[in-house]
Amino acid sequence: MIVEPVTDSVAEGSASFLSVRDLRIHFDTDDGLVKSVDGVSFDLARGKTLGIVGESGSGKSVTSMGIMGLHRSKRARISGEIWLDGQELVAAQPDQVRRLRGRSMAMIFQDPLTAMHPYYTVGAQIIEAYRVHHPEASKKAARTRAIEMLARVGIPQPDRRVDDYPHQFSGGMRQRAMIAMALVNDPSLLIADEPTTALDVTVQAQILDLIRDLQEEFGSAVIIITHDLGVVAELADDIMVMYGGRCVERGPAATLFDNPEHPYTWGLLGSMPRLDRELQDRLVPVKGSPPSLINVPSGCAFHPRCPYAEQTGGRSMTDRPVLAEVTPGHHAACHLPAAERHRIFAEEIAPRL
Amino acid sequence: MTDTQSSQGKGTQGTARLRKSAAQPLLRVTDLERHFPVKGGLLRGNRGAVRAVDGISFSVNPGETLGVVGESGCGKSTMGRLVTRLDEPTGGKVEFEGQDITHLSAGRLRPLRKDIQIIFQDPYSSLNPRHTVGTIVGAPFRLQKVATEHGVKRAVQDLLELCGLNPEHYNRYPHEFSGGQRQRIGIARALALKPKMVVADEPVSALDVSIQAQVVNLLDDLQRELGLTYLIIAHDLSVVRHVSDRVAVMYLGKIVEIADREALYRNPAHPYTNALLSAVPVPDPRRKERRERILLTGDVPSPLNPPSGCRFRTRCWKAQEVCATTEPPLAELAGGHQVACHFPEGQEGSEGQGRPAGEGEPTDAAAAE
Repeated sequence: MIVEPVTDSVAEGSASFLSVRDLRIHFDTDDGLVKSVDGVSFDLARGKTLGIVGESGSGKSVTSMGIMGLHRSKRARISGEIWLDGQELVAAQPDQVRRLRGRSMAMIFQDPLTAMHPYYTVGAQIIEAYRVHHPEASKKAARTRAIEMLARVGIPQPDRRVDDYPHQFSGGMRQRAMIAMALVNDPSLLIADEPTTALDVTVQAQILDLIRDLQEEFGSAVIIITHDLGVVAELADDIMVMYGGRCVERGPAATLFDNPEHPYTWGLLGSMPRLDRELQDRLVPVKGSPPSLINVPSGCAFHPRCPYAEQTGGRSMTDRPVLAEVTPGHHAACHLPAAERHRIFAEEIAPRL
Repeated sequence: MTDTQSSQGKGTQGTARLRKSAAQPLLRVTDLERHFPVKGGLLRGNRGAVRAVDGISFSVNPGETLGVVGESGCGKSTMGRLVTRLDEPTGGKVEFEGQDITHLSAGRLRPLRKDIQIIFQDPYSSLNPRHTVGTIVGAPFRLQKVATEHGVKRAVQDLLELCGLNPEHYNRYPHEFSGGQRQRIGIARALALKPKMVVADEPVSALDVSIQAQVVNLLDDLQRELGLTYLIIAHDLSVVRHVSDRVAVMYLGKIVEIADREALYRNPAHPYTNALLSAVPVPDPRRKERRERILLTGDVPSPLNPPSGCRFRTRCWKAQEVCATTEPPLAELAGGHQVACHFPEGQEGSEGQGRPAGEGEPTDAAAAE
């Protein structure tokens, strides 16, 4: 569940299971400082799903890797706070984070072919993930556990397939195997980074159902990262829209799709053809392309592409809009007055969607 | 037409339909096959063949857009390569403007390359990183020795402008462009020689949503402006619905259903089409409770050893005995809606309404345009 906009005071005893506060992840490169994530805050409760939506380069994957503590390069500068079940992760020792990784928090990567080791069998990789966190478990017990997990994610003949190599699996089965690997330690936080992008629609539907079922069964908190608004609508309880390393809008899934507040969200909704609507003559794309994270536009990062930037009296070029609550639980970072936004959306945007 | 119809029957039927639509098709494909032999074993003997494309027939009329959808491995990209003759079919026939191009040699094909062009999926690997945009887009002029009125540079700059790129970027290299811009470069290159037909293999699937819409609109504008004929291969059903006039659905090397866009999306007759459509995630959180989703189980069978009879039967919930023994022919239901299924959906009663048997659907088509 998403609560409160950016507050610097830390909600240490807060009900939320995962709490990210003003997370900044910058990379020092030869071309300059890349501000991949620039002040992102959100909360997530157990059993809930947060969808992070954005285009490539909006910082959604960097955020999730940051939570997992996977930015260990010397060039990465991370600040802010990440609270997982009462434990702060940004300042924690790498060794401490390592013990949580895979056990309390696990990740499903986009491309299962590159995320799995080609040299080891699928079973060996799942067994390793299990035994690292359960040193007391015997090899035999770990193998039984691996077979059990493969069966749970719907792989036929798991006792035989456990000894297969990743290349012997089809794309959908590899993704299932990776989900099995992620869930082998019953993590309470599962991050799925574009889990279905490489898959066909029919397989995608299977995987999304699987993630939903497993979440119900294990009660984990899930973060799903995707560029496909259809996928988040299927899974997420809350949605966060990212643009240029910052969160521009977040709110409950239903309100976000019915009453999107930010012009960028309108743009995303308008640029995708939809099967559930009458055919449009033309799509309404967002003009231009996503910004460079080295030279993020001044003020509102979206202003060069925003059709309504003129209506803010120049503020969008100079001031960075704050993420403010519009309706309870629904936040947007836009200079346009809320009433004006609602009018534009009702009159100009909604009829075209 | 009856169930006993053989694969030859499909061809004649296709022809019948074409006569109805009067114009000569720009591209006609008859029983097209591409089997990739699999060699292996001790004596490097032939161990069978991957039947990537296994007997498909369709035609594309001038000025229309045919969309081809299917899961990965169904042979849609191979089909695109066969039609553009980047690959040689092992059977069947490809006719372009009435000329049989199935087995033309590379030299005899060259003049035809002007007329058939292809846009590739991945804008990162389809552009030579060592060449400037000017060289890339100008290559077709040089290769075909086409004289341009004001020189190649001017022609290239006009093309760049046409595709929404800055003509001053003539001397830049592909790495200086974003994914969407690169795809525009690929499109500019394909359009350089004013082709009659463009095969686009997943033209937008590597792009971000907002950029996708830009490229889809660009393809649309170019078609209107230059009178192009498109064969668009994609796996995204909503994109295909947006761009196509007619849509073909492929499964394991076969076309299982082909129909006008409206007919296909409103009354899908093949169970596989139904399953595909129901699997598309819809950006509406409230729909997830009430929609009925047909979940296909398992994976696509191997094209090395496809199931007997109907190829979809192993995953089909309507499969009966006849499906395992007899292969359903691609038969016409009404108004050019062809489907290869023994038990097509919605045929009694529900199908009749809004689907006038006969030529075209003036009302639907007009509304859609």
